[in-house]
Amino acid sequence: MAEQKIRVIVAKPGLDGHDRGAKVVARALRDAGMEVIYTGLRQTPEMIAEAALQEDAHAVGLSILSGAHMELAPRILELLKANGQENVKVFIGGIIPDEDVPRLLELGVAGVYGPGTPTDQIVKEMRAAVAGAQG
Amino acid sequence: MLDLHAVLDGQRLALTRLLTQIENQTEAGQHALAELFPHTGRAHLIGVTGAPGTGKSSLVNQLALGYRKTEAPKKVAILAVDPSSPFTGGAVLGDRIRMAALSGDAGVFIRSMATRGSLGGLAHATAGMVQAFDAAGYEIILIETVGAGQSEVDIARLAHTTLVVEAPGLGDDIQAIKAGILEIADILVVNKADRPGVETTERALRSMLQLAHPVAHVFRHHGQALDVQATAPESEALWLPPIQRTVAADGQGVPELLAYIAAHRVHLEASGDLARRERARLAAELDQRLQDALVEHWRAGAQAGELEQALDALLARQLSPQEAVQRLLNGRKG
Ligand SMILES: Nc1nc2c(ncn2[C@@H]2O[C@H](COP(=O)(O)OP(=O)(O)O)[C@@H](O)[C@H]2O)c(=O)[nH]1
Ligand SMILES: [Mg+2]
Repeated sequence: MAEQKIRVIVAKPGLDGHDRGAKVVARALRDAGMEVIYTGLRQTPEMIAEAALQEDAHAVGLSILSGAHMELAPRILELLKANGQENVKVFIGGIIPDEDVPRLLELGVAGVYGPGTPTDQIVKEMRAAVAGAQG
Repeated sequence: MLDLHAVLDGQRLALTRLLTQIENQTEAGQHALAELFPHTGRAHLIGVTGAPGTGKSSLVNQLALGYRKTEAPKKVAILAVDPSSPFTGGAVLGDRIRMAALSGDAGVFIRSMATRGSLGGLAHATAGMVQAFDAAGYEIILIETVGAGQSEVDIARLAHTTLVVEAPGLGDDIQAIKAGILEIADILVVNKADRPGVETTERALRSMLQLAHPVAHVFRHHGQALDVQATAPESEALWLPPIQRTVAADGQGVPELLAYIAAHRVHLEASGDLARRERARLAAELDQRLQDALVEHWRAGAQAGELEQALDALLARQLSPQEAVQRLLNGRKG
């Protein structure tokens, strides 16, 4: 049997700005041996959940700079659950105020990363979370 | 663990999990494929291949939209294959970026796939995943691959209809010729027809095509083509790859391309090629599986060190490889 590859959706929800940060993370995850499904800009929560389902992803990485994380994150978690994918780990990168971090984690987000987080750390934590979820 | 009733029923969670098992070539995946086999053989498999950046993903998006936006929409599955990094084994799969217009449509299923390590394994896994889509009721299966190597050619062979995509502005060479994939084309697409250089690209393709299909050349340039066909029935079976210009960015030329694909399907059925191809494909699969099974059977009965001893004898030039095989097999027969 071939080794189990970690498959990650990297998406940029919302209408704002650029996806430079998302691309940097996507490349780092690839260099760590993961298969990254890059979906690009302007993704709705529905599109992201649909991609996670069709790609049988282990994790979803969201780049959010718009400040809409408190709406987007619960919506995406809800859709994943509705699709029977409650095992999928959701990570958020971007500009997230400190006080929102514990709330996001409480909602079920697996990790929150501000600008400048070393990609090594993201890779390590993503691996650990995925391994935990697969049991 | 795998719910095959749910797969046959069109449930996406069951299908996506099955696809993973097939891609990872697990035993569960193989068992599932064996169970599903009677439900396969219905879909039209369309390969879309060509150099990176020619617009394959954009074109696949347009084709899928075309199959969905008709009076009798067909269920469409897309398998988009991109290379893995040979250094890290990871991959960034970006084909979905061009397919955002298909999201939210429950009649479309898009799956991205990395080539991973072994070349033979890729063609194997692809064939299995296509069977899963077929069994799940997808009538059109679009397989996007980078036209680069033998494994891609193998994948394209799986398809009933192969589109080779070319575009102007990717250098002077015809990329498909460089990659050796022009020969597998049933339909040639010159995408990015909105860009300068389309005429040059199309002209180059046309002359290459005439070299590859000398008979086609005669037919196209002589008035008596019809008479020739009437007296030689086997020439009716001849399909001359047409060339279609498209602009995948806005859908120009796509209705014509869809018509060529439909015509090719009709040709395959009328000429008996469809049945012949299917037979050849199944023969190849049967042959491969038989070989695997025989080797496994032999290994299971092999004595410890038997192979190593033979190898030592080869190294010492005491035995030839031919004799070694004889000895290894004969030792078993008695
Ligand atoms: N001008 C123009 N650009 C196109 C056309 N089709 C695709 N593109 C662009 O070409 C680039 C590569 O397209 P993509 O579909 O990803 O190509 P692939 O690598 O072959 O799958 C993208 O930037 C597309 O927007 C076209 O018909 N005309
Ligand atoms: Mg592509």
